[in-house]
Amino acid sequence: MNIRFKLLLAAIASVGLLSACGERPPVQSVQLGYRGTGMEVNYNPRLMKIVAERNQIGGIQPAADTSGPLAKDIYQNVQVLNDLSVGEFTRVMLSMTEWVTPTEQKNCTYCHNAENYSDGSKYQYQVARSMLKMTREINSQWTSHVKQTGVTCHTCHRGGPVPAYKWFTDPGSGRENAFIGTRAGQNSVITGLGMTTIGHSSLPYDPYTPFLLGDANIRVEGTAALPNGNRSSIKQAEWTYALMVHMSESLGVNCTYCHNTRAWASWSQSRPQRTVAWYGIRMVRQLNNSYLLPLTQTFPAHRKGPEGDVAKINCATCHQGVYKPYFGQSMAKDYPELRGRKAPAAEAAAAPAAPAAAPAKTATSSPAKASNVIAQATAAASGDRL
Amino acid sequence: MAEYQNIFTRVQVTAPHYPGVPHEPRGVWVRGVKASASHWLGKIGDAQIGPFYLGSTGFASILCFLIAFEIVGLNMLASVSWNPLQFIRQLFWLALEPPAPQYGLRLPPLHDGGWYLMAGFFLTMSVLLWWVRTYNLARKLKMGTHTAWAFASAIWLFLVLGFIRPVFMGSWSEAVPFGIFAHLDWTAAFSLRYGNLLYNPFHALSIVFLYGSVLLFAMHAGTIMAVSRFGGEREVEQSLDRGTASERAALFWRWTMGFNATMESIHRWAWWFAVLCTLTGGIGILLTGTVVDNWYLWAVKHHVAPAYPATFEALPDPATLTGAAK
Repeated sequence: MNIRFKLLLAAIASVGLLSACGERPPVQSVQLGYRGTGMEVNYNPRLMKIVAERNQIGGIQPAADTSGPLAKDIYQNVQVLNDLSVGEFTRVMLSMTEWVTPTEQKNCTYCHNAENYSDGSKYQYQVARSMLKMTREINSQWTSHVKQTGVTCHTCHRGGPVPAYKWFTDPGSGRENAFIGTRAGQNSVITGLGMTTIGHSSLPYDPYTPFLLGDANIRVEGTAALPNGNRSSIKQAEWTYALMVHMSESLGVNCTYCHNTRAWASWSQSRPQRTVAWYGIRMVRQLNNSYLLPLTQTFPAHRKGPEGDVAKINCATCHQGVYKPYFGQSMAKDYPELRGRKAPAAEAAAAPAAPAAAPAKTATSSPAKASNVIAQATAAASGDRL
Repeated sequence: MAEYQNIFTRVQVTAPHYPGVPHEPRGVWVRGVKASASHWLGKIGDAQIGPFYLGSTGFASILCFLIAFEIVGLNMLASVSWNPLQFIRQLFWLALEPPAPQYGLRLPPLHDGGWYLMAGFFLTMSVLLWWVRTYNLARKLKMGTHTAWAFASAIWLFLVLGFIRPVFMGSWSEAVPFGIFAHLDWTAAFSLRYGNLLYNPFHALSIVFLYGSVLLFAMHAGTIMAVSRFGGEREVEQSLDRGTASERAALFWRWTMGFNATMESIHRWAWWFAVLCTLTGGIGILLTGTVVDNWYLWAVKHHVAPAYPATFEALPDPATLTGAAK
C-alpha cells in the first residue's frame, strides 16, 4: 500500500468515526456574554428545523362575543369559568376539544356525559376543571415565569389527552435494599421507569421528586472563599447537576444560556433568563403540589405511575425542547378567557398580588406512600454530612 | 521515507535468553517462571518474556486487587440483576457508590457503602503492596529507587482522593465512586460544589506538569529517534561520553530555543514533571473543602479572577427579594 492510499483509508475511517458522534455539522453559536467568557448558545439549523416543525401553535377559534349572558346563568354546574359569557365559554370548550381530546374522539363526550353535560362523573371532567383553574392561575399569578406570553391547554397537551412530557416518581431498580448491587438512584442507562436517563448520563435519574415536588435545597456551591459551615456533599451536587441537565435538555440550550460557568452561583454574572428559570422551578413545584397531587384519587389507575402517583409536570412539559414554548409565540394573547378571572373590581382586589409563598408540601388527598417517597428522595438529595 | 514512519521496533535480535544478574540473598528470589520469547511483543519491546518474579508482596498485591475487582464487578453485575448482556451494555454507567453522607466516618451497612469501603480497602492494600514490591525489586537489583518514588507520588493522589480527604472532611461519601461515568460525574460535581476547580492553583500546576510531561516526552523521544542513526539511543553511555549523536541533539535544541538539556538531565526533567503532576494534584484536592470552600471566590479574593464588563442586565438573587416565592 502506498502512503496516499493509507491516508485515504485513514480519512475514510475518521469520517466514519466522526459520524458516529451523532450530530452532523453545521453547529452555529450565538454569543450571549462578554467575549472570552464562553457564554453562547449552540444550535444546529438542520436539527432546529425539526424542532420548529414539532412546536407549532394550536388552532385558535375566532374571538367570542363578550357581551352575552354569563355561562353560569345559562348552564348548570359552571364553577371555574363562571365569569365568561356564553360565547366565550363555548369558545373555550371548542378549543379544548381541539387541543386536548384524543384524535379519534374529537368531541365533547371525552369529558362530558352526552345525556347531561353538567354531570361531573367522568374523571376527565374533574381533571379538566382543575386544569382550567391551573391555567388561569399560571397566566395571572405566575407572570414572573410566563410573562405576558402565557399558556393554554395546548402548551402542554399539543392535541392529545396526556402531555408527551411528564414524570412519575421513579420506583428505582427494585434493589434499594438488596444485599449487593444497590444503585443509589443513579449509575444506570435506564431509569426504574424504563426510560433513558437524563442526558443519557449516570447522574441521579429522578431529581424531580426532591426538587419539583419536594423543596430540597438546590444550592450546594460554597458561598464564601473559605469554609463557613456549608456541609453540602458532592453527592448532593450530583442531584443539583441532574436537575440542571434536565432544564438544559428541556429548553434545548446549554448551561451558558443562563449561567456564566466560571461562577455558577453568581447572580451578578448570570443572564436574566436565570431569574425566569428560578421562578419556573417554584411554579412547577407549586403546580405539582396544588393541582396535580390533589388529583391522585381522581385519576384511574392506568393513568398513574408504578408508585400510584399522578403524572406531574417538569420543565419539558411546556418547553418541549425549546427555550420558550413555540419559540415565544403566544397563544394565550388570543385567549383572554384563560388569562385569569375577568373579575369585577371586588374580586380582583381579593386576588393575591404575589404567588402563594409556600406550597403545601403534600396535599392531604395524596396517598401516604407518595409522601414517603418524597421524604426519601429529598433526604437522598439533601443529606448533609454528619 | 514513508516506510520509516512506523510505531513498531524495526530490529529484533534473536539470542539466548538472558537470565538476569545474580541476586542477593538467594532463597525467596528464585525466579519461578522460565523465559520465553514473543515475536509480536518484540515489535513493541524486548521479545524476551520473563523470567518473572512474583514474590510474597506481588502475590498478596494481586490477591488484594482481585478481591477489590470482584467486589466492584459483582456489585455492578448485581445492580443489573445478574444479567450479563445488560452488564456489558451498561458497563460504562454502572458503579459502586461510596457510603451515603449521613454515615460520616462510621461503618455503613454493606448495601449502602459497606461494599465500597471493602473494595477501597483491598484496592489500597493492593497498590501499597505493589509499591513495596517495586521498591524491593529495585533494591535487590542494586538500582536506585526512582521508580518506586515516582509511583509513590501517584499513590499520594490516590490516597488523598479515597482516604485522606474523606477523613479530613469527616465523611466517606466524599470519596470517588468506582465506575467509568460515575467517577467522571464525581469530578464534575466536585468542581461544581467547590466553586470551579480551574481556579485552584494546585490544579493549575498539576495540569502544567501533566501537559509538560507529554511535551517533554515527545521532545525527548523525538530527539533520540532522530539521532539514533548516530547511536543516540545509547543514552547512558552518551551521558558520560558525549558522542556525535548528543552533540547534534544538543545543537538542534540550542538552535531551536537557545538551551538544551543533557543526556542525563532530560531524564531528571521528565521524572520531576511526572512526579509533580500527581504531587501538586493531590495537594489541590486535599485543600478543597478542607481549607478552601469556593475556588472562584478565593481567586477573586486574591485578585486572580478578572471582572468582565457587563453585556446584559444582571438581576439580583430572587431568593433575597421580599414577597418572592420560596
